[in-house]
Formats: sequence, C-alpha cells, structure tokens
Amino acid sequence: MSRTIIPATIANAFPWKLTALLTAMVCFGSLVLYSAAGGSASPWAAAHVIRFCIFLVMAFVLSYIPIAWWRMLALPFFGAVLLGLLGVEMLGAISGGSQRWLNLGFIRLQPSEFMKPAVVLALAHFYGMLPPGHVRTWSALWPAGVVVALPMALVMLQPDLGTAIAIAVGGVTVGFLAGLPMRLFVGAGVTGAAAVPILFSMLHGYQQRRILIFMDPESDPLGAGYHISQSKIAIGSGGIFGKGFLNGTQSHLDYLPEGHTDFVFATMAEEWGLMGGLALLFAFALLFRWGWRVADRTPSRFGRLAAGGLTMTIFFYVAINLMMVMGLAPVVGIPLPFISHGGSSMLTVMLCIGIIMSIDRATKRGGGAFA
Amino acid sequence: MKFRKPRPSNEPLMTEGMQRLVFSRRAMIVGGMQAAVGVALATRMAYISVVDNQRYRLLAESNRVNLTLIPPRRGWIVDRYGKALADNRVALRVDIIPDRLRNRSAVVARLSGLLNLDAEAVDRVNRDLDAGNGAQPIEVASNLDEARFAAVSVNLPDLPGIVPARGFVRNYPTGPSIAHLIGYVGGASAEEYAARRDPLMLTPGFKVGKDGLEKDFDEALRGRPGARRAEVTARGRLVRELETQSDRPGQAIQLTIDADLQDFAARRLGVESGAAIVLDCITGGILSLCSMPAFDPNSFTDGIGRLEWQMLNDDDHIPLLNKAMRGLYPPGSTVKPMVALALQAQGVDPEETVYCTGGYRLGGRFFHCLGHHGTINMRHAIEKSCNTYFYTMGHRVGYDAIAPIARMMGLGQEFDLPGTSQRYGTVPDSAWKRRRYGQDWSGADSLNATIGQGYLSVSPLQLAVMAARLATGRNIQPKLLLNQATSSAPPLAIDPAFFNAARDGMNLVVNANGSGRASKLAIPNVQMNGKTGTAQVRGLQHGNSSSWRSRDHGLFVFYAPFDEPRYAGAVVIEHGMGGARAAAPVAKDIVTFLYDRELALASLASLEAGWGGTMRERLERRYSALRAQTSGVANIPAPPANPTANGVAP
Repeated sequence: MSRTIIPATIANAFPWKLTALLTAMVCFGSLVLYSAAGGSASPWAAAHVIRFCIFLVMAFVLSYIPIAWWRMLALPFFGAVLLGLLGVEMLGAISGGSQRWLNLGFIRLQPSEFMKPAVVLALAHFYGMLPPGHVRTWSALWPAGVVVALPMALVMLQPDLGTAIAIAVGGVTVGFLAGLPMRLFVGAGVTGAAAVPILFSMLHGYQQRRILIFMDPESDPLGAGYHISQSKIAIGSGGIFGKGFLNGTQSHLDYLPEGHTDFVFATMAEEWGLMGGLALLFAFALLFRWGWRVADRTPSRFGRLAAGGLTMTIFFYVAINLMMVMGLAPVVGIPLPFISHGGSSMLTVMLCIGIIMSIDRATKRGGGAFA
Repeated sequence: MKFRKPRPSNEPLMTEGMQRLVFSRRAMIVGGMQAAVGVALATRMAYISVVDNQRYRLLAESNRVNLTLIPPRRGWIVDRYGKALADNRVALRVDIIPDRLRNRSAVVARLSGLLNLDAEAVDRVNRDLDAGNGAQPIEVASNLDEARFAAVSVNLPDLPGIVPARGFVRNYPTGPSIAHLIGYVGGASAEEYAARRDPLMLTPGFKVGKDGLEKDFDEALRGRPGARRAEVTARGRLVRELETQSDRPGQAIQLTIDADLQDFAARRLGVESGAAIVLDCITGGILSLCSMPAFDPNSFTDGIGRLEWQMLNDDDHIPLLNKAMRGLYPPGSTVKPMVALALQAQGVDPEETVYCTGGYRLGGRFFHCLGHHGTINMRHAIEKSCNTYFYTMGHRVGYDAIAPIARMMGLGQEFDLPGTSQRYGTVPDSAWKRRRYGQDWSGADSLNATIGQGYLSVSPLQLAVMAARLATGRNIQPKLLLNQATSSAPPLAIDPAFFNAARDGMNLVVNANGSGRASKLAIPNVQMNGKTGTAQVRGLQHGNSSSWRSRDHGLFVFYAPFDEPRYAGAVVIEHGMGGARAAAPVAKDIVTFLYDRELALASLASLEAGWGGTMRERLERRYSALRAQTSGVANIPAPPANPTANGVAP
C-alpha cells in the first residue's frame, strides 16, 4: 500500500484499492450496458451506476458494524430469511403459481438471494462457537446439514436450481474451511456423482431440458439451445480485440437474448474481445485475492470462516455465469456481479463485500498480526 | 494434499492454533480450485474467440445479414426473326411480410375487398400466414391490373405489412399456338427442390420449366438471381439495406420457328384435333410445329386452376398431348410416293401398268380400291391414289423391300430434337412381326402396309420429314435451334431418277385431276405437290359414321414450290374423314400464308367467324360455360404437379 502518499489512518479507514477496483468494474459494466441499450444510458447503464453508488455506501455502513454484532445477528438473520422463504412459498401456493419475491410495497425482496450470505454467516457462527475438539464429531455435522438443507429445499420448490446450488456451495465451503474431515467431502463427491442420475430424474422438465441441451446446444439451435449458441457466437466473433465499442451485432440486433442480464459477458466480449474478458477475469481474481487475504489475516474464527464463505459465494456467481456464457454449464440464470443489470444480485454481492470489509476493519483495528 | 486418516483411539486434541493451520491449508485448496476455474475460463474464452473465431464470425455475419434472392428474368425464346415466342411481362403483385403485419384479420379483410379476392384465395393466404414466419414475404395476389394495384398502393398507410411489388412473369404472346412446342413454367415442386436444394426455388415468383423447351433448356433460360442484402434483427425487422446485386437474365434461345406461321397454322387447325408441321426444305429447320387443340401455357404459370385443368383433362381432343411429336397414326395413302421409290429400287418400271378393277384378290380375300381406275401406271396411281396398283406391286416386291426405304425417308425414326420426347411408331417387316407376335409375315400384311395401313404407324413429324426428303432427295434432318451449324444435307442413297415418278405423281394429285385438286394453290407461278391420305381408325370398313372417334383420319403431305422445293410439311386431322377433305385445305392455306399473307388471313377470318371466334375466345368461352355449370370446385380433383409429363396417345 502506498502509505507514503496517504496517511496510514486514512488508508486503513478507507479501502481505496477495493473501492477503485469495484468502481472500475461497475464503470466497465455500465459501458457494456450503455452499448447493450443501443448507445443509451437508459434504461440500464445509468441505473447501474446509481444503484452501485447506493450499495457502496451501504457496504461502507455495514463495514462499520462490529464483527461481534455480525456474530450475534447471524442466526436471527438466517431465521428471518428462512421465514421470508416460507412466506414466498405460501404466497405462491395461495396464488397458484411459483413466486420468488416478497412485495413489501416499496421494494420487492427476493429472500433466496439473502439466503446465500445468511447460510454462510449462520454456519460461520456455528463453527466459530463449536469447541475445536468437536469438529470431527457428529455434532459438528448435523446442525450444519439442517442449516443448508432447509433453505435449499425451499428454494428448490420455487424452483430455482441455481440459487439452491449456490446456497449449498456457500455452506459446504464453510464446513470445509472449518475443518470437517476430508473423507466426508471426498465421499460426498463420489456419492454425488453416483446420485446424478437420480437427482436428474427429480428435476423439472425444463431444467432437464436445459441440462441436456447444454450437453449439445446445436441439437436445438432455435429452441432452448439458442441462448448458448448465440452467446458463443457473440464471444467467438469478437476475436482478440473485439468488434469495437457499440459495434456488436449479436447484441444490437437482438440475436443475443438477455444481453444485459445473464449474458452480459457475451455482449462485452463481442465488443471488447478476449482482452476485455481477460481484464475482467483479472479484476475478479484481485477481488477474490482480497477476500482470501482478509480471511487469512483475521484472528477470529468466525471472521475467517465468514470471509472465506462469502468470497466463495461471490466466486460462485462469477464462475457459474461465465461457464454458462461460454457453454461450459447449463443455462441457470445467474447474473455476473458488477456487470449484469439487476438490483437483487448486486445487493447480495455488496452485502457480502460489506461484511468482508467489516471483518477487514476489525482485523486492522485490532492490529492484526498479518496486516 | 494429504488425507487425514481417522485415528479414533489416539485422536489429537484440536486446538485453536491447529484450526488456524487447517483453515490456511483448506483456504489454499479452495483458492487453488478457484484459480484453476479461472484459468480454465480464460483458456476456454481464448479457444472460442481465437481458434474458433473464423467460424463464429461467419455465424454472426449470417445472423446479421438477410439475403433476399431476386428471381432472375427468364431468357426469351424467340423465333427465327427474333420475334418473342416466350418473354417476360411486368407483373404487379401484392405480398405480406408477416413480421410487419398488425391486426391481421382486419388487414386481410380489407385487402380481400381491395383486390376482389375470392374465399379460396383468402383461405390460402391465411394458411400461408400460419405457416410462414419472419421477413420472408408471402404472396397475396399476383398478375394484378393497374387499378387494383393502385387501390392497394394508395391505402398502404392503413395496411401495415403489405408490400406491393413489381416482378416479372413468363408470358407467351401467342398463348395456345406454341403450347406444345415451348411447354410452360410453374413453381418448383417439392421433388424438384429436393433434387437441387436451390434456395432460389423457394423464392416467391420463381418458376422452373415444366415441359417442352422450357424444361429442356431450363438451365440456360434460368439466369442468375440477384440478391438484396439487408441487416435485420433477430425478429426480422429491417435495420438497413446493405447492397443489391441485380439479377442476370437467362440466355435467349432462338428457334427456327416462324412465329407468324406457327400462329397461323395453329389457328387454321381451328376446331379440329390434329397437327401441322412445316419444314424448311434446305436447312431442315422447323418453321411451324403445332398440335391442336392446345392449352394456354400462360394459365400454368401461376398454377392451373382445378376447373381449367378438368376441362383440359376431360376433353376427348386431348389438348395436353403434343400430337405432332407424340401422336401416332396410320399414314394411309400419304406413303404411296415413298412406296413408289421403293418399287423402282426393286426394278419396277414406272411406266408399267396395272389394270384396276376396283380391287385386288389375294388368296380368298378381296382388297378394295377406292375406284375402278382401269389401266394405270405409277404416276397416275399416285394421282388417283389407286390401291390396286400398289397392292399388285407391293405384293410383287414384298414389304421387307419397302420397309428400309420407309425408314430412310424418316418413318419410324426418332430425330435429334429438344423439347417433348418423340414417339417413333412402327415400320413393320417380317423380322419385326416375328419378334413382336411370333408369327410369319403374310401377303395381306404387305398389302396393308403398302397403302399405309395395318401395322404401320407414324408421327406427323415423320410425315413432314418424309415430304422434305421426297422433295429434295436429301437426308433432311429436322432441327429446332437456329444457331445449330447448317451443313447441306447429304443426298439419300436412292437413284435420283426414281424421284421423278413420285414427284410427278404428287404434282398431279394437287394440280391435275387428283384427290387434292381442290387444294391447288391460288398463287401465280407456285405449285404445291402433295399426297392425301385417309386412314381407317379401326377394322377394315370405312368409318364415316356419326361417332367422331370412329371416323377416318385425314392426312396430307406436301412441299412447294414443286420445281424448286422450299417448304415441306404434313397436316394430320384426327378423325377428319379424309385427307382431301380435312387436311389438304389446311396445308393449302398454310403454304398460301408463306407466299401471300393477306390472302391466307382473309380465308382464315371467314373460317374463324364460322367457328365462333379466335382460338382464345373459344377457349375462354368454353371455360366460362364450364364454370357456370359447376357450382363449386370441391369435387374437382387437383391437377398433378406435371400435367403433361405422361401424355396419353390416342
């Protein structure tokens, strides 16, 4: 850090580098959204920047919340979100359709989004409380199982496969970092692989179709495989340096579906090429490195697990979205953080960032040994 | 990475410090996995955008650019003077582009009012709209007159998605006259598309040759399509025009046909069912080749209607058959000049006489002559068409000696001509009969064949070639394309002296006291030579009964001028009850037309007045009469894709 220019106290109090990184990514994202709207700040680019500013302030505010509060809040937060999920389910059952959000009048909340950090916090809290000696016992496992399985089941009912997996990945990562026996993960991996056919048969028709078409997108180039095919065409036709800003044809002529949300990366790659893609990957790599360094430096066990789990949660968004866009994963409807247009996911990601910042702040204030 | 082995007996106490160590190690694992995913994503992206770049660039381009083919103008088919037998006329058309259509039912209703569409047409448009999608235009109506086209054009603001367009369609100026010669065009069938996979075939307004020369020369006539490139959105909305490449019209094909003569001959055949062929005696070029009755090839261009198809199909005069090339008839007495050549080749002196008592007895059977000609030589036997003379001489030389000359003169032969495939009929001999029926040739067979009956059957085209070869003594080959290399036809392998008696006989037929004397030309210094023929349709008794189908065919072969042959030809009138009565007058008028058009047209005008109008007028009147008596089209079978492909012989 350049402490020669900025006084150390200010540098510690305000994470310049992180802010610069996020701002750069969001600005790049709004450029892409500006182009996706056909060269117009509305309806997406301007809203994207404004939303980010609000959520950035929110993240700073969250970062001032002491780490002990987060610990205290972890379980109530989890409980509240779980209730919200139940509420959504019940509303859906009454109205006779599937519903994913609660309308609170001034804002529409999607409880499943909040469940991702909530599960991570709840498990971090649980393993933080757990006496070190109990980590390899049964009592370290079943409460975690319940905390992950309950929300997963509710989200699967919606049905929202992507979010359910995201919740599971967050929870499993915390358990893994907490030191649960390795054989559990290896065993689960093997069992999971064996259970794939059974799980597959439990999926909804459209979900099964998405997976099958993901295996062979050209089998249905005008149907469900259309998204993946067009996305690959956009990325592939961009080449190394892209077609140039505002020159994408796939997005501007509407061949690329969801070019401003889930497939925003393809919109970007068509105009900015491989270079734009690598730059974005590098930016995300810096973000995750920051997350892991915070986790590694912090003295509290809760902080470590929470920071690691939340980093994994953000990583999962990025990885699944990019894999989907490049035809390596089925179309699951997960946006790309900081680039895709959409409030809910940005709120979740900035919530995660805010909590990690709060953990970082606690470490620095306590004169963390690894700072 | 090391798996921890469970050691229940001696489990180490997990301490805070150890937990921190475990966390660091596992964080490394998770971080490492994340880095691996990142590297995999970067690699994948590089692969797609660098290695596969070319392929995806192409796909993006084919997404972006919509190629609309502009059907090429079809090459003209012109006569020897460059007059169009088949050309293109501007057709006004109205299309719908489904994507731009708003409030479909209202627009279609409005359109059907403006264009006077009947229920069937509206139904078809609705079906096409249900099946179609995007920017590909759907034809609502074509061949519109200016008034209806203008009615749509001025109402365009109220008709979103409607596009009035100007295209070209095939036009046959003389209609039915050239129907059998040229053929017709129509939309490509599913089989034709499957065979060629040419996207042009799916373009509205594009036609392929379906029959005759149109089919044979389709490749050359077709031309190269133009293309309009436009940038379109995924939903087919036009963003901008990129570039337009104009079409390259097909090649023109010039025929040896004389369009005016062709039209005259066709009209002169009138209400009869028959064929008329005129050849240029020097080059072999076919000046006219018509078969009547005929259909109007213009009707086929947009797909023939059910009712019109039924009218053509049910007609006992078989308008769908090219009788000039595919009709087979016993030639009757028209072969007598040719037989005269064969007799001389076998040593018969043309001055030798036969005494005609009204017939010829062979074994127990009496073969009739048409009269009692008394003492008669070869020339006068041709003039009077005396069967007795030819029975006697034919019996003397045997038909196996005559058949080779018949073939040499063109009978039973197939000629190298484009267009409709020819049927070549039968020139019988003993070997043929044994092969065909397993029976020996009999004397009676020879007698019948000698006077052009029995097993002998020929096409009108062959008769015309025979006349040309008789006139010139040369091996004239008929041809249809004008640009074909012309070399003077070699002489036939027959002593030129033998032709004298045959030609003299033919001259007497028309210009003296012969059967065709009523058809003597009224043109100074031009004499036509000819030979009539009356061929029995069935049995041996002459049929002049009231039943059209059992009446004799009338035939006539001719050439003119007699001393310096320029034109030769044949006329066949199905069931015309005699060559002199039905065929020779037609030939006379056709030859007259070649020398004095006004005279010929005046005679035609009076004939047509008697028949009830011109060919087109009569065809249209019949069609409207049929339409009037048919209330609906429900019970009428749809026409097949290629109506004349399997024309039946009479």
